[in-house]
Amino acid sequence: MTPTTKLSCRNVWKLYGPNAETLLAQNPNPSADDIRNAGVIGAVRNANIEIVEGEIFIIMGLSGSGKSTLVRCLSRLIEPTSGEVLFDDADLLRASEKEMIEIRRHKMGMVFQHFALLPHLSVLQNVMFPLTIQATPKHEAEAKARDVVELVGLKGREDYYPRELSGGQQQRVGIARSLVTEPDLWFLDEPFSALDPLIRREMQDEFLRLQERLHKTIVFITHDFEEAVRLADRIAIMKDGEVIQIATPEELVMNPATDYVAEFTRHIPRSKVLTVGGVMTVGAAGEGEPIVQSTRVSAVAERIITADAPIPVTDGKGLVIGAIDRKAVAHVLFGEGDAV
Amino acid sequence: MSRLSRSQLVILLLVGLTILLGYFGSNLGKALDARWITKFPSAWVVPFKTYISSAMSWLIEDAAIGPVSFTDVTRAAAWLIEQPYDLVLSLLAEGFVTGQGNDAQVILPAISWIVVITAVVALGQYCRDWGLAALVGGCFTYLAVFGQWDSAMVTLASVLIAVPIGAGGGLLLGILAYRHLTFDRIISPILDLMQTIPIFAYLVPILFMFGFGPISALVATIIYATPPMVRITTLALRAVDPEILDFGRMAGTTQKQLMWRVLVPSASHSLMVGVNQVIMLTLNMVIIASMIGAGGLGFDVLAALRRLDIGAGFEAGIAIVVLAIAVDRLSQAFAERMGQVHHELPGSWLTRHRRTILVLILLILTWVLGQFSPLLLEYPESQTITTGGFWDDTVKYLNINYFDTFEAIKIFFLTWFMIPIKTVLLGIPWPWAIAMLTLLGWHAGGWRLALLCGGLASLILISGLWAKAMVTVYLCGASVFLATLIGVPLGVVAALNKRAGTVINLLIDTLQTLPSFVYLIPVVMLFRVGDFTALIAIVLYALAPAVRYAAHGVRSVSEELIEAGLVSGCTRTQLLRHIRLPMALPEILLGINQTIMLALSMLVITALVGTRDLGQEVYIALTKADTGRGLVAGLSIAFIAIIADRLINASARQARIRFGMES
Repeated sequence: MTPTTKLSCRNVWKLYGPNAETLLAQNPNPSADDIRNAGVIGAVRNANIEIVEGEIFIIMGLSGSGKSTLVRCLSRLIEPTSGEVLFDDADLLRASEKEMIEIRRHKMGMVFQHFALLPHLSVLQNVMFPLTIQATPKHEAEAKARDVVELVGLKGREDYYPRELSGGQQQRVGIARSLVTEPDLWFLDEPFSALDPLIRREMQDEFLRLQERLHKTIVFITHDFEEAVRLADRIAIMKDGEVIQIATPEELVMNPATDYVAEFTRHIPRSKVLTVGGVMTVGAAGEGEPIVQSTRVSAVAERIITADAPIPVTDGKGLVIGAIDRKAVAHVLFGEGDAV
Repeated sequence: MSRLSRSQLVILLLVGLTILLGYFGSNLGKALDARWITKFPSAWVVPFKTYISSAMSWLIEDAAIGPVSFTDVTRAAAWLIEQPYDLVLSLLAEGFVTGQGNDAQVILPAISWIVVITAVVALGQYCRDWGLAALVGGCFTYLAVFGQWDSAMVTLASVLIAVPIGAGGGLLLGILAYRHLTFDRIISPILDLMQTIPIFAYLVPILFMFGFGPISALVATIIYATPPMVRITTLALRAVDPEILDFGRMAGTTQKQLMWRVLVPSASHSLMVGVNQVIMLTLNMVIIASMIGAGGLGFDVLAALRRLDIGAGFEAGIAIVVLAIAVDRLSQAFAERMGQVHHELPGSWLTRHRRTILVLILLILTWVLGQFSPLLLEYPESQTITTGGFWDDTVKYLNINYFDTFEAIKIFFLTWFMIPIKTVLLGIPWPWAIAMLTLLGWHAGGWRLALLCGGLASLILISGLWAKAMVTVYLCGASVFLATLIGVPLGVVAALNKRAGTVINLLIDTLQTLPSFVYLIPVVMLFRVGDFTALIAIVLYALAPAVRYAAHGVRSVSEELIEAGLVSGCTRTQLLRHIRLPMALPEILLGINQTIMLALSMLVITALVGTRDLGQEVYIALTKADTGRGLVAGLSIAFIAIIADRLINASARQARIRFGMES
C-alpha cells in the first residue's frame, strides 16, 4: 500500500508589504536580498511540503520563523501571496467562501496554543460549538460531544466553565472540540507550549495515545525540538520563512542539512532518536534474544552494553539483518556529533 | 553650552517674548497706530454663521428627495422615539390617561413607588448582594421621602429610552467599523470631533430640527452618548484574542455566526463597560438637555439656578447625585454579572424567577388596591421632607458671617492669577499667536501638526471669534493649571499610600458620578456669579482624570526600575523625583489632556454663571435658536480642543519614544 498525500503545498509564498504582489509577479523566485530591498517582509518563502495520510508531520522553528504563518496558509486562515495548497488533490485556494466553510466544518480541526476556548460557554457547550453552528440536532451534537469529552478524560466536568479548569484541562477541552466533527486533517498550533513541563509531557503521551486510536493526518507546530523528535513521523525545520530540511527525526540527527539544524540536534540525547537499525553492523551475527530494528537505542542500551556478545537485530518481519554491539551503543551514548 | 540647552534657551526666549508682547500688546497697537494686530478687523471676518444658518433653513424648509422632505424624515424619527418614550413615561410618571385637561381620566396609574423600590432592590440583590440592594433601595427611598420622586421618574424614563438606543446603535456602528476599514476611516474622525465639540453646539441644530421638547432632548442625549460605545465596541472586538478569531473561522462559522456567537460574547466584558459609560453619559446629558425641553430633575436645577433659588436647586442637585449613584452602581454590578458566566441554579422555573414574580405580584396588588388607598400609588406629599429652607439658611449664615473671607479669596485669585493671564492672552497679537502655534506644532509633531494647528487657529480667527476664543483659553487654561496643580500630587499620593489612595479614589469616584450641573450650585451659593465661580466649578469637574492618570502612571512604573533605584541607594524623594515621576510623565500628560477636554466641555455650562467666552456664545445661540452662531462657536471650542489634544498627544509620544516605551 503506497501512502497517499493528504495535504501538500507548492511554491507557497506569503509576503507582507505594499509591493508584495508586484514583486512576485516580476520575479517568481526572489532571494532574501530581493525581498529586503523591495521593503517587503517574507513570512513564508517558497514552501513545498507533502503531508501523507495518517502521519504526524511537525513544523518546527523558533519564533518568527514563519511556522505559524505557514500553517495558517495551509488552513487558509491567511491567504498566501502565491502558490497552491492541495487538500485531497483540490486546490484549497480556489475554493469559494462557502466551500471553505464546508471544508472547515467537516474536514479540518485545529487546536490553539492558548486554547481559544469561548469564556461564556461551558465545557460541553464549547465542545459542541462546531456542531451547533452546523445546526446539528441538539441531542446528536450533545451525544457526540460527551463522547469526545470522555475520550480526552474530562468526564464529569462537562458543566465547568473554562476559567474553572487548569491549563492542561483547558487544552483537553480544546482537543475535544477540534475532534468533535471527526476531521480528517488535524492542525495543532503549539498545543502544549503554554503548559508546565510536567503537564506537557503528560499531554504528549496523551496525544500519542489518541493518535494510535484515531489515525488522523496531523500538522503539528512546535518550537521545541525535543517535542518534535518525540512525536514526529517527519519534521520540517523552518528558518526565516524558509523550510530548510524535511526529514524523519533520525535522518535529521544523522544528516543535518545545515549547521543551523545541527545546532538543534546537538543537544538532543541521540540514543532517544536513533534506532538500533540505524547503528547496527549490517550482516553481522549475534547471540541472544533479537531486537527489532525500529527500537530506539535508549530502550535497549543497557542490555546491549551488559551483554557479552553482539545481539542480533531483526527487521519488521523477524528476519535477522545484522547485529549490534556495545561499541556502537557506546558511540551513540557518548560519541561526538559527527562520529556516527 | 550643549545643543539641547541652546534649543531650550530659544524656547524660553520665545515664551518670554510672547508674554511681553501679550502684556503690552494693546499699548503696542495704539503706539504703532495698528490696532488690527490685537483686534481682528471685522471687515475681514468671513460670515460662516450666516452661511450655516441659511443652509439650515434650506434643510428645514426646502430640502427633499423626491416627495420626501427633510422635515418628514425628522418627524418620522421623532415619532419613532416618541412611542416608547410615551409608554415608559406613562408607566413611571404620568399614568395612562385618556382625554385632555379637566376631562382627563386615568385608565391605569403610574407604577407605584413601592413597586419601583422593590424592583431596584431585587435587581441589586440579583446583580451582586444585599449590600448593593440596600444602597439602591436607600437611594430610591430618598427620592420618595424628599419629594423628588416625580421629577426623578421623568429623568429615569429618558434614561431608559436613551440607553438601549445609544448602546444598541453604538454596538451596531462599532461592528460595522470593525468589519469595514473604510467605514472605520470615515467614522473615526467624526467620532473624534463629536467627543470634542461641546454638547451645546449640537443642541442648537437639534432644537432647530425637532423643536423644543423631550424628543429633542432624547435625540441630543442619544447623539451624545453613542460615540463612546462605538469606539469601545471596535476596540473590544479588535482586542479579542486572534486565536479565538482563528478558531471561529476554523470551526466553519459564517460571517454572522463569527460575529454574534464568537466575537461579541468573547468581548462581552469590555462591551458592558461601554454600556455603563453610555448610562452615565445619558444621565449627564438628560440633565443638560433640560435646556431644550427635557423635564425632570435637570429642569428643576436649571429653573432654580435661573431664579438663584439655592435651596431648591441644591435639593434637586442632590437628587440627581442620588439617582446617578444608584444607576451607576447598579449598572456596574449588572455589567459585571453579565460579563461572568454562572452555573444555572437548580430548581424550578418558579424558584429561579422568584424576584420577578414578587415584583409582578406587587405591581398588580398596588394597582388593584390603589383604587382604595392612594398611599399605595403615590408617596404622600404630607410626609415629604424638604431641606430647601435649611440650605437657604446655611448660605445666608455663611454669607453674613464669612462674606469678607470669601470675597478676599475671590479677589486674591482674580487679581494675582486670573486677570494677568487674561490680559496677556487677549494682548498677544494674533499673527504672532498663530505663528507660535504653528511653530509649536512643528516642534512637537512635524509639518502635518504645524499645518493643523495653524489652520484651525486661522479658522477661528476669520470667523471673528478670536477674542472670545482667547477668553476661553484663559478660563480653561487657568482651570487646567489649577486642576493639574492639585490633581497630580493627589494622584502621586494615592499611588504611594494605600490608605490615602482609598480615600482619594472614593472622592474622585463621587466627583465623576456627579452630573456637571451640580458643581455649579454650591459654588454659586458662596461666590455668586462670575469668572471665579466658573473657575472653581471647572476645576472640580476636570480634576478626576489628572488624579487618575497620575496615580496610574506612578503605579505602573516597572518594579525592576524601582529596585534598581533602591539598590543604587536612592532615598524615597530621589526615587520619586528621578524614577517614578519621569517614567510616569507620558501618563500624566495624557491625564492633563483629558482634563483639558473635560474643562472645555464644562465651559458652556459655566456660561450660566456669566462668563464671556465661546461657551456664552453657544448659550446665547441656544436661547435664540440661532443655528449658525451656535455651530460656529461650538466648532471653535472643538478646534481649541483638537489643537490641545494633538499637541499633548504628540509630546506624550515623544516622551515615550525617549524612554523606549514605544518606537
